[in-house]
Amino acid sequence: MSEKAYGLMAEFNTPGDLLRAAEKIRANGYRKWDAFTPFPIHGLDKVMGYRNSLVGWVSLAGGTFMFLNIVGLIWFANAFDYPLIVGGKPMFSPPMTFVPAYIMMIMGAAFGALLGMFGVNQLPRLHHPLLFKQRFEGASRDKFIIVIGANDEKFCATETKQLLASIGGANVEIVEDQE
Amino acid sequence: MSEIANIEELKKLAPPAELRRAPVIEGNQGLGWVTDKLSAFAEAKVPIWWWIAFVPAAFAATVIFPVCLFYQVFTGVGAWGNNHPNMWGWDIVNFIWWVGVAHAGTLISALLFLTRQHWRTTIGRMAEAMTVFSVAMAGLYPAIHVGRAWFDWFMFPIPNSNGLWPQFKSPLMWDVFAVNTYLMVSSLFWFMGMIPDFAILRDRSKTRVRKAIFSFLAMGWTGSAWQWHNYEKAYVVLCGLCTLLVFTVSSIVGLDFCTSQLAVWHATIFPLYFVIGAVFCGFGMMLVLLTSLRKLCHLESVITKSHIDKVAKLALVSGLIINYIYLMEIFIAWYGGDPYERWVFGHRFFGHTYMGFGWMLIGINVCTTQLLWFKKIRSNLVALFIIGLLINIGMWSERFVIVVGSLYQDFLPANWGKYHPTMWDVGLYVGTLGAFFMLYLLFVKFLPVIAISEVKGATPQGDPHHPLGGAQKGGHQ
Repeated sequence: MSEKAYGLMAEFNTPGDLLRAAEKIRANGYRKWDAFTPFPIHGLDKVMGYRNSLVGWVSLAGGTFMFLNIVGLIWFANAFDYPLIVGGKPMFSPPMTFVPAYIMMIMGAAFGALLGMFGVNQLPRLHHPLLFKQRFEGASRDKFIIVIGANDEKFCATETKQLLASIGGANVEIVEDQE
Repeated sequence: MSEIANIEELKKLAPPAELRRAPVIEGNQGLGWVTDKLSAFAEAKVPIWWWIAFVPAAFAATVIFPVCLFYQVFTGVGAWGNNHPNMWGWDIVNFIWWVGVAHAGTLISALLFLTRQHWRTTIGRMAEAMTVFSVAMAGLYPAIHVGRAWFDWFMFPIPNSNGLWPQFKSPLMWDVFAVNTYLMVSSLFWFMGMIPDFAILRDRSKTRVRKAIFSFLAMGWTGSAWQWHNYEKAYVVLCGLCTLLVFTVSSIVGLDFCTSQLAVWHATIFPLYFVIGAVFCGFGMMLVLLTSLRKLCHLESVITKSHIDKVAKLALVSGLIINYIYLMEIFIAWYGGDPYERWVFGHRFFGHTYMGFGWMLIGINVCTTQLLWFKKIRSNLVALFIIGLLINIGMWSERFVIVVGSLYQDFLPANWGKYHPTMWDVGLYVGTLGAFFMLYLLFVKFLPVIAISEVKGATPQGDPHHPLGGAQKGGHQ
């Protein structure tokens, strides 16, 4: 088992503390770092510099794909492969495809949203170095944790540790990468 | 300048008590306390009351349910009371009833999320579970009602040996899509909402087995800002989609009726009628579940009286809309001048055989609902429990009035007939009730019954702009 550093981890007690600390870390020029919180923190997206999530677009793609698919399927089934006359209506007309296509669009968009979220977040994952850390369990309870990655260009075991302590981080610890 | 300074001062003052919002969690508790409190029930020993409720539910679900199901499938639809002219009977009544129960769950969890009602965080998960389980029960009825359940796959657009395809112009076909989509999407929504809570239970678990199960379910969730960023997007998109479903699924069930030519069914108000009826019925079920589970699971400080009060208000609003629709139906029956429609309406209340259901509809859905106007009633949990039960019964009788009331006396007197349910009708209904409650009890005991992370985010301690959440300068700093 090779053990190299994955990063440095620091705990904060309130979401407000975390937001201020995150602003300072960003101002210090770090790039490969992340905040781990028990629930989404309002304003953290902005501090982290995230743009609009890709998930919405994946969902849109899923919905559009399903909608067009069902319109095509209805044309194929009721107008092309086995033309079916119902009540003297045309074999195919766009409005009559709307309801099933709309319903299946919702299905496609929902799968798009869920699978898109999994994809972008790289879930499910079987292993994460932080999950071996006893103190990290606080991140699902009442602690707000910042981890600065060892792969960051500015990462330096002593300086980064000092920075985390100076911005109010408690229990600054090194996280090992257990392969 | 001094005036502006005063406004700044004014902003810092707390609003007067009557204008302040009721807290999501009573007692101003910290985040750790909330986590302990909300995961306590899933981690504690199984209480006695749980077994007392679970055993009969499991008996109904695993004995009565399969017996009735197998007998019915092996014998044919005739085992039920359905016969000419009442080709639709309890099966369709129960189908609509179960779909209805589902709708309020989606409305609470999705629509109230979109309108940013923080109080929904405490009851949203329970509502979603109600949706998932009741849609599953609903979907069963039409699947058996087709008569030859082993040919159900003909309903899906799959190439088959007859070379035939489904007839996509029929609302009955749309139902297949609607109910299946509803089941899938509400399950996805329910599951995705639970992922962060699975992570909480994973981190808290003491035994290896428990840890393994919840690690599997949490799928490596760490709660990083990036994960939350995308999760929130997916959540809001799913909420939007579920809200569309609230208005679509029951509308399509309504279309099953209003595209037919029968008196009273053939009305443009039916899709809306069914949506609102569904929501009203579901709020009734929500009142039953909330008032009882709050006490049994010791969640009084989380599912506060203020939250239940709001659910009761929503029940009242949907009840009033349904009352308006009843009025409209009667008005149109009279104003439309169609003698058949007038005949059917007259027989709802002054006919023979089924007039009891018509008066039950008036007595419960119109009269009892008005009790919810009073704050005293809305704060009395026993009263709300009883009203919730009554609403479910009232809405069940409404569906009976609609389905059987129009079928048993149609245009030709020679065609008239009566409808009586058989023991297999009753047995299957009891079985689905048992299955629903068995699943619900399992959910309550073993899964995070309240959205723990959402509740934490809705407390002042979780708000970075609140002094308790660590804001230093007040406001947004």
